[in-house]
Amino acid sequence: MPLTPERKRQLTTAALVAPAGLWLFVFLVLPFMAMVVFAFGERAPEGGYRAAFTFAQFVNLPSRAAAFWNTLMIAPVGAFLCLIVAYPVAYYLAIKSNPKYRLVLVSLVVVPFWTSLLVRTYAWMYILGSRGIPNLLGMIGIEDVRLLNTPGAVLLGIVYGYLPLMIMPIYVSLEKLDRRLLEASADLGAKPVSTFLSVTLPLSLPGVMTGVALVTILLLGEYLIPQLLGGGKVFFIGNALVDLFLQSRNWPFGSAIAVMLVVVVVIVLSVAMRIAWKVSGSRQVDLV
Amino acid sequence: MTKWYRENAPITAEILTDEWMRLKRGSVTRRHFLGVTGLGLAAAVLARQPGLFNSAAYAEDLGTTMSLATWPNYHDPATFEAFTAATGVAIEVNVFGSNEEMLAKLQAGGTGWDLFVPTNYTISTYVKLGLIDPLDMSKLPAFSQASESVRFTSEGAVEGTTYALPKNWGTTGMAVNTSKIKTKITSWKDFFEVAMTEADNRAMVHDYQLTTIGSALVSLGYSFNSIKPEELAKAEELLIKVKPHLYGISSDYQPGMRAADAWMTMCWTNDGAQLNRDMPEIAYILGTDGGEIWTDFYAIPKSAANKPAGYALLDYLMTPANAVKEHIANGAPTTDSRVLALLPGDVTSNKIVYPDEASLTKLEFGAAVTLTDPARAEVMARFKSA
Repeated sequence: MPLTPERKRQLTTAALVAPAGLWLFVFLVLPFMAMVVFAFGERAPEGGYRAAFTFAQFVNLPSRAAAFWNTLMIAPVGAFLCLIVAYPVAYYLAIKSNPKYRLVLVSLVVVPFWTSLLVRTYAWMYILGSRGIPNLLGMIGIEDVRLLNTPGAVLLGIVYGYLPLMIMPIYVSLEKLDRRLLEASADLGAKPVSTFLSVTLPLSLPGVMTGVALVTILLLGEYLIPQLLGGGKVFFIGNALVDLFLQSRNWPFGSAIAVMLVVVVVIVLSVAMRIAWKVSGSRQVDLV
Repeated sequence: MTKWYRENAPITAEILTDEWMRLKRGSVTRRHFLGVTGLGLAAAVLARQPGLFNSAAYAEDLGTTMSLATWPNYHDPATFEAFTAATGVAIEVNVFGSNEEMLAKLQAGGTGWDLFVPTNYTISTYVKLGLIDPLDMSKLPAFSQASESVRFTSEGAVEGTTYALPKNWGTTGMAVNTSKIKTKITSWKDFFEVAMTEADNRAMVHDYQLTTIGSALVSLGYSFNSIKPEELAKAEELLIKVKPHLYGISSDYQPGMRAADAWMTMCWTNDGAQLNRDMPEIAYILGTDGGEIWTDFYAIPKSAANKPAGYALLDYLMTPANAVKEHIANGAPTTDSRVLALLPGDVTSNKIVYPDEASLTKLEFGAAVTLTDPARAEVMARFKSA
């Protein structure tokens, strides 16, 4: 029986989607399923995983409440700080900068990504340590300033490390902005500030929401910056996971925390989308 | 220092400045250039092809690269450069902060290590889990059992079979910057008290359950190795009370101590000797209330990819003339009387490296059970996540 055009289109779509679907299944769904299975198991006597069916790991979750709390507090704060710094930069790049140099300026934002975050974070360890900024402050009489291994240092590291991820989506949404709207606003008598508030800002919100969601989600899994700039004292979920897999060798508990983290990410993401829909008044917001 | 050696090690402030200043002057070292561009690696891969380049230094084919897992600041880089020059085998060094981490990596499989440096109390567990090979002593002619001190080296053998050869022994004490801290510290009890007062925000503990929990236990008057729930609970309580006052939780404490960001830390002999050598105001103190004495060994993982090179490096390190240089650079005491005889007087008379017998009597070797005890692991994890 010959295929109807409708059927044919369906098959073509399925064939086109299949590679991506397979990829997602093998590298996302399967590992997640393994993690869920592990989470119901127990720790083998010498460490690792032993098959079992117990809720003990989930019952033990409150013992890591501090890590969840730290992460859930710092992730949005970090994302917000990134936003405050990123918006003017993106605005300058997209609207104010000379188009001739725009590409160069945009690539300057990306260039730090060519160096490993580890190396750049070590540079911050040096800058914040006694021989860096505190040493300079000492020269002008401000003694005994401690910057390294503080929550402030962690926040600084986060803003520094994630800034490009915030600048880029905002830049893209501002770049798409139709300049004629700005001219129209001015023609109708709006001052620059009110043009910004009633035209530019609302139209760039999709980019802002994308940036905030992107940075927040990545921050929920962060572990390097708190370890290096927080001195191992400021503990994130990511650090709890590293510890459980690499030191305690308690895979089931680590898996339970990871499952919980995924649940948290899904909640954060859906709340962010809901807000984005509300703000933009449509369901056409691309998140991530 | 060369790139391959530092690859997985944290870059120190000094090296960063060196590299930066070198860059500013517009000069780049040859090895750095090869490392950064990948040309060095490409050459190494090419060299693996038989017949292209050959080294006749050793009878067996040793390959061109091998991997060593060890501790921070634990070797003289010149040793590895000399080994590479003699054999053509480049050594990739992986640095770890705890035996638990090493065990976790080996249990997960496929580490690629050809030689690693486990501590005495872990070896029986490695043997039980089938993670290390018995050593083929015929491939280690430089080692001499007769000149070894049994007190420190007995845990390298399990049921009469040798699984590991000693690297050095040492103690776990406290490094104290005496120009910053005026209180006289003599015990672990003092350590934790001062950490909350005079050294507020300036003290460090290891990111390592054995020594951090062990020292807390000792400060409370218990055994370093205790796994009794009520004693562990007390130790956890103390650690959580101290935590807000700590500068950091890390086994790589030299950078912090050298920059005087940290004034006091839990410290191993070799780091204590290195710190004191470069900054005499940093004293190394053994707890009068107890603490740890240990021996680090060399062992070859069952999963090693290049066992011939592992044996070659091990034999090279067991050769007294080479071991002496390692000990001078690293600062930890030797278990081998042949090496002891070759060491200069200022090393053997150094009280940090070779303390009085009396100060050692209260110290305990780590117990095998602490490595796998889930309660200790959980106490450490809860302390860190508190």
